Amino acid sequence: MSNKKTPIDTSKRNLLKGTAGIIAAGSMPLVFSNKAFAASYRNEPKGGTVTFGFNVPQTGAYADEGADELRAYKLAVQHINGEGDGGMLNTFSSKTLKGNGVNGKKVVYVTGDTQTKSDAARASAKRMIEKDGAVMITGGSSSGVAIAVQGLCQEAGVIFMAGLTHSNDTTGKDKRANGFRHFFNTEMTGAALAPVLKNNYGTDRVAYHLTADYTWGWSQEGSIRKYTEAMGWKTSQAVKTPVGAGDFSQYITPVLNSGADVLVLNHYGKDMVNSLTQAVQFGLRDKQVNGKDFTIVVPLYSRLMAAGAGDNVKGIFGSTNWHWSLQDAGSKAFVKSFGQAYGFPPSQAAHTTYCQAVLYADACQRAGSFKPSAVGAALEGFKFDGLGNGPTEYRAEDHQCFKDVLVVKGKENPSSKFDVLEVVEVTPRSQVEYKPSMLGGELGPFNNG
Amino acid sequence: MKWLNIDKSDRLLLIVFVLAVLLGPVIMTPIGGGYPDLLQKFAIFGVFAIGFNILFGLTGYLSFGHAAFLGIGSYTAVWAFKLLTMNVVPAIILATVMGGVFALAIGFVALRRSGIYFSILTLAFAQMSYNLAYSVLTPITNGETGLQLRQHDARVIDGLFGVERTDALPTTELFGLSMSGWSGYYVCGVVLIITFFISLRIFRSPFGMMLRAIKSNQNRLSYTGVNTRPYTLAAFVISGMIAGLAGGLMAATDPLAGAERMQWTASGEIVLMTILGGAGTLVGPVIGAGVIKYFENIFSAFNHDILLNVFSFLPEALQQAAATFFGLFVGEGWHLTLGALFMLIVIFLPGGLMEGVNRILNMIRRRSSSSGPPAPAPAADASVKAGE
Repeated sequence: MSNKKTPIDTSKRNLLKGTAGIIAAGSMPLVFSNKAFAASYRNEPKGGTVTFGFNVPQTGAYADEGADELRAYKLAVQHINGEGDGGMLNTFSSKTLKGNGVNGKKVVYVTGDTQTKSDAARASAKRMIEKDGAVMITGGSSSGVAIAVQGLCQEAGVIFMAGLTHSNDTTGKDKRANGFRHFFNTEMTGAALAPVLKNNYGTDRVAYHLTADYTWGWSQEGSIRKYTEAMGWKTSQAVKTPVGAGDFSQYITPVLNSGADVLVLNHYGKDMVNSLTQAVQFGLRDKQVNGKDFTIVVPLYSRLMAAGAGDNVKGIFGSTNWHWSLQDAGSKAFVKSFGQAYGFPPSQAAHTTYCQAVLYADACQRAGSFKPSAVGAALEGFKFDGLGNGPTEYRAEDHQCFKDVLVVKGKENPSSKFDVLEVVEVTPRSQVEYKPSMLGGELGPFNNG
Repeated sequence: MKWLNIDKSDRLLLIVFVLAVLLGPVIMTPIGGGYPDLLQKFAIFGVFAIGFNILFGLTGYLSFGHAAFLGIGSYTAVWAFKLLTMNVVPAIILATVMGGVFALAIGFVALRRSGIYFSILTLAFAQMSYNLAYSVLTPITNGETGLQLRQHDARVIDGLFGVERTDALPTTELFGLSMSGWSGYYVCGVVLIITFFISLRIFRSPFGMMLRAIKSNQNRLSYTGVNTRPYTLAAFVISGMIAGLAGGLMAATDPLAGAERMQWTASGEIVLMTILGGAGTLVGPVIGAGVIKYFENIFSAFNHDILLNVFSFLPEALQQAAATFFGLFVGEGWHLTLGALFMLIVIFLPGGLMEGVNRILNMIRRRSSSSGPPAPAPAADASVKAGE
């Protein structure tokens, strides 16, 4: 860069001219990319395809769930496009999806890794919306991430179909018009689980909570305390533990001398596998406290976790959104096509994400459009059946699905490595329903971007 | 009179830099990166890396806790959105100020030591900040969930100016200009250019020369009677302020602040960016930031199906094998590719990517003017050992 070789005249006049040119050139993309000129809503599909964005954890504490979610999404896309055996589309009460895509467009998808971090999840969701033109984002295996991505989708003007997220806040104080959840929440878990705990363990128990320190953990601890304290249990202590801690021994040792006779593990994924395994290794379940057998409760169960924790889950109560051993037509059809594709039964995470993809596609078909406000209106108050949970309703007031809740127990004599949970009770919808105003928050208006 | 008070080659550098920022979308589109969010990240992490480079590149003090200032900036900005106004100006100013305040406090303690002890001290402070944000200060930071906006936030200044409250969540703006999408990128781009210019002036100033002297031999400087602490502290505070500014911008383009922004991995990332691009060079850190963000966002999104498409020209068996093999290096495996690239650069180009650029430029220059005097060795600011 010697002086001789810079034939640029840097006089003020030329510089001004140049700058003007540069700014004009630089702002060209602004004009071309401004969707307002081209479409009536964000990422309106123009060609023969419509793009869904699958945003799941592929690394981190919830990676197992994320991998299963992605399998289910791929299966759902095949079924919607008319490939494979059609799965639950055959048993779904709404018959608008004909196996030729949605609104005549073939469904394609893009994927992203949330890393179970809000920042990373929002970045990958933004990539899918801004670069890949996704008209809907779905997924997530952590409530913190789901709430963060739901907020983003509301701002961006696309629909968010929440995956595995169990915190009350997702459809409670952090609910958004563009966000919908099929999965149940901790309020329903508390309402369904408490009567079973009462029947098995009595009313004068002292509980010790270990709680994952984020929105879901807080929410679940709150719900379990609310319902168990109402039936006479006491809570000796509630200790927050970091997500992905790996080693929980320092949190479990104090339980031994706390005077509590029930340990409630508000953990999920690999965290639950680790904390439960360590609690059993510390001999908690062999102890006698206050003249009663010490016992452990895992309010939110999944087959993946139960399999990870092995023998330690035997006899431990919890709740789940769905289980592959259910015998209704929908569940059987789903287990069959998932098993044929991947060689093992689906988890509840796979089930809820499959349902979400199908429900979204069906709503678009019924609305005849992908416009968020139209799709949202089609989902609000939608009653359906045949997706494995019995009669279900997408409540219009908070975009939360209401359906029966399963209370499960770790099986004493598993017949296979997948057969680790048994359904103890199916709690009817009426028993777990609550007023939409109870959890606060506001939906606000739909955003079409 | 010299325009903007900088000499001719710097002026050229600045013009090229401005051009590159303005034409970012055009340059990035062919390689699959031409969407607003990624370019915003380029600009924001470019700002962050420039700030880090003022400390590390000039004084040689390796801070391993710079992400703390980024996080503090983000939290400050989100609180400014919640309490004051959705306009980004107060948020960004406050974020910069808070970054500076924390840098002053941390720097005052940490700069009593140098070398590895300094690095460990800053790392300790950053981990403390992270854990405070993650679990202790949850009322302020909202823990793992992250601090977010709500419909019912106070927003006092907006209230004074009679901004109408709607049911929808408000969005960040700069006097009506939306901070998301391309306009958001250009706001970040302008900030990046300003930061670059400030960095350029510091590099060429007597103050910058003093910082370089500290790097080359702090003992000798002390023996000649110079008190180096005010200089290092000033560099640390400037660097912390710029990190706070980057954090503020991050919150401005996406009003959410999470604790993971302060984790040690985030601090490590900025060190990687700077060394990858070339510590102590003016543009190196910006390029390093771009490369890493590109890898993180584009490479990590390649999945098996995309690879199958790429290798569709091969026979089927080979196609599967190739897709499986390269699948190790993309998608979840992007860290592996980044690690390999980083090793290659540290081994063969210890001055970072900028050393590579300089070597190529010198080669061209030598070839085109074989009669002229031998080209000077890469500028002093490129001859940095990556290990420092």
